Amino acid sequence: MITIAIGLSILLLLVILFLLFRIGTLTSIFRGSSERAAGTTKISNRVNGTLLLLFLVVGGAAFAWSFADAWDDMNQPLGSLHGEWTDNLFWTTMVIIGIVFVITQVLLFFYSYKYQHKDDKRAYYYPHNNKLEIIWTMIPAVVMAVLVFGGWKTWTKITSAAPEDAVVIEVMGKQFNWMVRYPGADGKLGVAKHTLIDATNEMGVDFSDPQAQDDFMPREIHVPKGKPVLLKIRSRDVIHSVFMPHFRLKMDAVPGMPTKFWFVPTKTTNEMANETGNPDFKYELACTEICGRGHFAMRFIVVVDEPEEYEAWLAEQTPFVEQNPQVLAKFQTESSEVLVADAHSGEKAEEVKTEL
Amino acid sequence: MSSTDISINRDVHHAHEEHDHHHDQNFFEKYVFSLDHKVIAKQFLFMGIFWAFVGGFLSVLFRLQLGWPEATFSFLEPILGGWVENGKLNPEFYLALVTMHGTIMVFFVLTAGLSGTFSNFLIPLQVGARDMASGFMNMLSFWIFFISSVIMFFSLFLETGPAAGGWTVYPPLSALPEAIQGSGDGMTMWLISMALFIVSQLLGGVNYISTVINLRTKGMSMTKLPLTIWAFLLTAILGLLAFPVLFSAALLLIFDRSFGTSFFLSDIYIAGQALTNTGGSAILFQHLFWFLGHPEVYIVIMPAMGLVSEVIATNSRKPIFGYRAMIGSLFGISVLSFVVWAHHMFVTGMNPFLGSVFMFLTLIIAVPSAVKVFNWLATLWRGNIRFTAAMMFAIGFVSLFISGGLTGIILGNSALDIQLHDTYFVVAHFHLVMGAAAFFGMFCGVYHWFPKMFGRMMDEKLGFVHFWFTFISVYLVFMPMHYIGIAGFPRRYYNWTGFEAFNIFTDMNTFISIAAILGFTAQFIFLFNFIYSIFRGRRATENPWHSNTLEWTTPVLPGHGNWPGEIPTVYRWPYDYSKPGSAEDYIPQTVPFSQTQSSNLPNEKDFE
Repeated sequence: MITIAIGLSILLLLVILFLLFRIGTLTSIFRGSSERAAGTTKISNRVNGTLLLLFLVVGGAAFAWSFADAWDDMNQPLGSLHGEWTDNLFWTTMVIIGIVFVITQVLLFFYSYKYQHKDDKRAYYYPHNNKLEIIWTMIPAVVMAVLVFGGWKTWTKITSAAPEDAVVIEVMGKQFNWMVRYPGADGKLGVAKHTLIDATNEMGVDFSDPQAQDDFMPREIHVPKGKPVLLKIRSRDVIHSVFMPHFRLKMDAVPGMPTKFWFVPTKTTNEMANETGNPDFKYELACTEICGRGHFAMRFIVVVDEPEEYEAWLAEQTPFVEQNPQVLAKFQTESSEVLVADAHSGEKAEEVKTEL
Repeated sequence: MSSTDISINRDVHHAHEEHDHHHDQNFFEKYVFSLDHKVIAKQFLFMGIFWAFVGGFLSVLFRLQLGWPEATFSFLEPILGGWVENGKLNPEFYLALVTMHGTIMVFFVLTAGLSGTFSNFLIPLQVGARDMASGFMNMLSFWIFFISSVIMFFSLFLETGPAAGGWTVYPPLSALPEAIQGSGDGMTMWLISMALFIVSQLLGGVNYISTVINLRTKGMSMTKLPLTIWAFLLTAILGLLAFPVLFSAALLLIFDRSFGTSFFLSDIYIAGQALTNTGGSAILFQHLFWFLGHPEVYIVIMPAMGLVSEVIATNSRKPIFGYRAMIGSLFGISVLSFVVWAHHMFVTGMNPFLGSVFMFLTLIIAVPSAVKVFNWLATLWRGNIRFTAAMMFAIGFVSLFISGGLTGIILGNSALDIQLHDTYFVVAHFHLVMGAAAFFGMFCGVYHWFPKMFGRMMDEKLGFVHFWFTFISVYLVFMPMHYIGIAGFPRRYYNWTGFEAFNIFTDMNTFISIAAILGFTAQFIFLFNFIYSIFRGRRATENPWHSNTLEWTTPVLPGHGNWPGEIPTVYRWPYDYSKPGSAEDYIPQTVPFSQTQSSNLPNEKDFE
């Protein structure tokens, strides 16, 4: 019944709208406005001109209000050194384009309103003015040059090589979660190969590599405050993207092509909790490259510690091979058979391909 | 010289045809497999409108999910069937929705629907030609597009769903059916459909270019062409150079998917298997894709710029300000559009030095764009503006182009792109600058050239209602998206409630969804106006807008061959509006200087 009632009322509404439309057409014929050249009718011009001006004023006010209202939400708390540079650059650029935005929009709507059609008026024949055109080509060119320079300097600093003493962390994306590996006491990550991946060894680490013996894979990323951190990023299936909004950090995780990004965290999680007044504040890691069904759910927690807390946390961690001795045993006993195993898994993959 | 000969011969031939064969055409020849550019243009327009509604509908579906993430959508079950599970939209189907929305809007509506309609319709009419250089190729162009459309539309109904890896179809996601269902048959059909689409675009583009270059009427020098034609010409050249690269990318992806090659695949472990592919580069695909993809956004926006320039000049009753600068900026944009593609890839792990280069090149492109905006504003200045529906959309276009274009300066800056890449800031930017703006250009064109297409006028008042609803809802949808984008809210998220950083924007997303639904609903006003006016609209006169260009010298409903007699000769540029000393406030291109001695400028005295 309700469906029918809704359907009927919509139908009625449409009929009424249609009748209104017909009446409007007939009155315009009756008044003779349909005889005039299109767009020269006084009332319709005045209505549209006024609406344009109104749109400028009301729309502008609404924009300003909503912008101010959303200000606190849109500014994510900032926790990294380079984030200060990019935030400054961002808001500087916003101010510049904001000025251009206001001037051009005001002129657009104001001219439209002011120069609306009048029967006794004639437009001003003004086909070009070379001087004016050169000026307004040069001004954006100069402004762009300044912005490019600022952007280029910041970009070069951010993408420069990481300091030697940076804390190295490997981040690997997979459908649909992140995995993290620390190099352990030797400071070096062991070799990893996608062919070695299985249910336990999800990152495909080659545990016959001595450097892999002390590697450990925690459930959270811990980084020390004030020290450079180098993320070595890779993916084992499709493209993902490491995004830490609070650190203004983003880098794609690409299968077959390791990437990297280094940053310096400036505030511990606790400090940030105090600053934002949110006791449960957490730094988050999200995926920003479409990667499939669970793309929206690849959340991982990042914790920024004071350096001494970080050292304490490091000391608590046990290497992967100690937690999973059977993996190491497998590598020791089968080290001679690795090649065979490789070839075997290769064959299987080929079968999958031919089935497609 | 030879080209002139050909066009003369064609004229003679057509003059005969008018008498001998005109009435022999049967229904199929006249309306279906027509060689007439006007009919083909309308076919493109109808297809474009159809696709726009499909694409818009898909966006309403995913806006429902985003606006009310906790709601149950059982009422969608009759339409979506198994894609709604226990009232929840399937996450993979959500991705398929955004993928198909992008593909449909960018390629099928704003490329085929826009260029296909107006290049076909206006090029012969405005340069003074009987038809396109090759009517047959033109017909093939539409029908190949039609086949491509059928395949793409059919893929929507596959059990595994249509392509779902984003409209950019980055491999490995799009290459591996194990990664997402949509990369199975849906992706195969996407690739076939796009390959056909590219063929259609190339056939059309070759025609547009050769018609503009070879078939201009007597007196129509390149510097007397309306800006529409310049825009269409450069758009077609961009398409001709850029689309083959997408074709190669699609072809290599087909090889990777079906023939076991490793162009884009390397070191992958998926679904419990390590794949044997090694040595491929996923980034290579992105380079190939964006080598098309970036010119593509100009392929979308430049015809709209051309249409808007023409409509603003006509309705301001003023010459377009800086005609040569407008052509120059189109040239600048066209050339630069080929060297900025990697600004889509700043954070893909590409060499940072390349990032610096592409940032520099990208920000240069703001200069010609700014020149265009200033020139439009200068054209409005001291005009005598007639607010027709087309003019309203032209003004709306300029406003949206400014709003969306300015944020491009931010996104083109690689340092700022780190935070904003793949967030809603990008979504807001490109929807304003090339989505909504190009749509406004298209509406502007439809309202303005409708009388020449169908011999009747569209209802202006309904046009105003349509304009205001659309204009307001576009801003209501996309302005707030900047805010959530600045906060880092990522694109293509089915649900964001799991993240503390992003779950603060529930109200904002609901608001955006409501505005989007309002905007979509308003398009039915247009649809009604469009269909009603074809049959019942007020009869048009030959030149209802008092415009100067050649198409308005044809009969109300131009027949096959466009002009019943000889093709008119052109004497002047198309923007002699409100020239001091002339009686009327417009002087059509066909009026010789000898008839307008009172208004001729000093340098024009020689032509009298």
